[in-house]
Amino acid sequence: MLYLKLAWRNIWRNKRRTLITIASILFAVFFASLMRSLQEGSYSLMVDNMVSFFSGYGQVHKKGYWDEKHINNSFEYTEALQQIAASDKNITASVPRIESFALAANEDRSKGAMVFGISPEEEEHIMQVSKKLQEGSYFKAEDKSVIVAQGLAQFLKLGIGDTLVLISQGYHGANAAGKYPVVGIAKFPLPELNKQLVFLPLKEAQWFYAAENRLTSLAIMVEKPKQMEGAMAAIKSKLSEEEYEVMNWQEMTPELVQQIDLDRSSGKMMFAILYVIIGFGIFGTILMMTSERRKEFGVLMAIGMKRLRMGLVTWVEVVMLGLIGAILGILCSIPISYYFKVNPIRFTGDMAKSYENFGIEPLLQTAVDMSIYFNQAFWVVLMTSILALYPIYKIYRMRPVDAMRT
Amino acid sequence: MSIVIKTQNITKIYNETAVPVHALNGVDLEIHKGEFTAIVGPSGSGKSTLLNIIGGLDNPTEGKIEVDGVDISTLSQNKLIDFRQKKIGFVFQAYNLIPVLTARENVEFIMLLQNRPKKERDKRVEELLNEVGLKDQINKRPNQLSGGQQQRVAVARALASHPKFILADEPTANLDSKSTANLLDLMARLNKEENMTFVFSTHDQRVMDRARRIITIDDGRVVSDIKR
Repeated sequence: MLYLKLAWRNIWRNKRRTLITIASILFAVFFASLMRSLQEGSYSLMVDNMVSFFSGYGQVHKKGYWDEKHINNSFEYTEALQQIAASDKNITASVPRIESFALAANEDRSKGAMVFGISPEEEEHIMQVSKKLQEGSYFKAEDKSVIVAQGLAQFLKLGIGDTLVLISQGYHGANAAGKYPVVGIAKFPLPELNKQLVFLPLKEAQWFYAAENRLTSLAIMVEKPKQMEGAMAAIKSKLSEEEYEVMNWQEMTPELVQQIDLDRSSGKMMFAILYVIIGFGIFGTILMMTSERRKEFGVLMAIGMKRLRMGLVTWVEVVMLGLIGAILGILCSIPISYYFKVNPIRFTGDMAKSYENFGIEPLLQTAVDMSIYFNQAFWVVLMTSILALYPIYKIYRMRPVDAMRT
Repeated sequence: MSIVIKTQNITKIYNETAVPVHALNGVDLEIHKGEFTAIVGPSGSGKSTLLNIIGGLDNPTEGKIEVDGVDISTLSQNKLIDFRQKKIGFVFQAYNLIPVLTARENVEFIMLLQNRPKKERDKRVEELLNEVGLKDQINKRPNQLSGGQQQRVAVARALASHPKFILADEPTANLDSKSTANLLDLMARLNKEENMTFVFSTHDQRVMDRARRIITIDDGRVVSDIKR
């Protein structure tokens, strides 16, 4: 206990220097935590945009569908599949869909469109089309009407009450053609989706594609991304591998995963540079501390303090500095991260457009995940622990008689 | 009286490879238990070097030194640290207390290094600080104490480890007359009542006047050894 007391009091011998060192560590941890929190927040936004609001955390398809996305690779929505959500407690929803392409036309304009046959109630767990409505109203399961994405509606000059013509090829080559009144216009944050989505109630879409009781995908939602792996494994165990493929969002959107990994790596490089700079500052403090106390080390050695013990006390002093800085840095960054998680900044103008071009909602949002903060603390404490070996090295090379002459 | 310190032909040469400086030239000494000895001599005479070698802080170039029957000239640095902790009490010219510890903690510290139990440490600290007349200053840090008081804490610290002898390197050099007299009274009392062996290096006539043996060193040799 006296050794700890000694270490603690030693660090306050030169208050100003200690405060400057702690402040530099605090700043590094604060800055790095906030940056990481922003990074993770933007990744989570990307994942939310692509995954939570579009594909789901996982999907069940007919085997081979993902390589050849065609209505012929649809599967029957059996009783067992309807009960699939019960296979793991973490699954919050299983959402049936039939997706295919069609030519969408109005008067003299036409455009390729992605047609989504959705279950109006269940799709509220994922795409939440009702919340994206800009005009009109949401449809019901038995309706024979469409909701059109805003970009497509603008291109086709469609308004509420207008008729949209869809022409495509159905299951096993059947003709698919239909005229549907537009009951709603929805806006999607991702421009690519906003330009081409058309929603039909599931039953009507199955009729349109002559694919009665068939689906192209069954999207799976879990509460937290961490639960996805377990949920996917549970589903796989219930389904025949010969007949179905069960994919998670990372398998379905590898480009997103790569983009996040690449960005994370460049972020790590930046933090490494930041920590090296801060490391030099801490090392400066250690150098000064070691040189100032050379005589004292000599005296302690003279009265019989073993080198290892003395080294450990100085090591604890430096690590304490690192820990204090890291804890304060974390304490400062958490409330700010939390604030921007709850109140994300929405970009406008050119900045918003550039975000949208990358397929990301123009939001600056943070993530509050304890692992972000503990990681920063870990690196700072590791760095200070390594730097704190320097006084130990000096003490081991010291002869008391020389040190006391200083 | 048993021999506590015995040196045989101690030689110390600094800068052996460049311009050699002979700090000690064949010093032979015997110091017995209970002696109150002052090593005196002009600056550069070699008295501090001799004290460092006796205290196991430095190794002789040649010769043999026995402390409490152990030849310390052959001990490694780590073993010397252990040896000093158990057998020798140090009092330095500049007191050299640990500035961030209180008087009590400074005295306790050396017993902590010896892994003595807490109860024993507390008892001994109280006894020692009482003995050196600092009972009321127990929780003060060195910067809150006068030079004389700090030196008395240093004496208490030196005694705390139950050493075989105390080495004091010019212990009164930074003290005023009154503090010097108090310190010398304290050391003389400890010497008389507890038969503690004291070896000083000093320039101070007041210390020489109180010493019962005066060893004079000049040019690295013992030029006189007077017992009173």
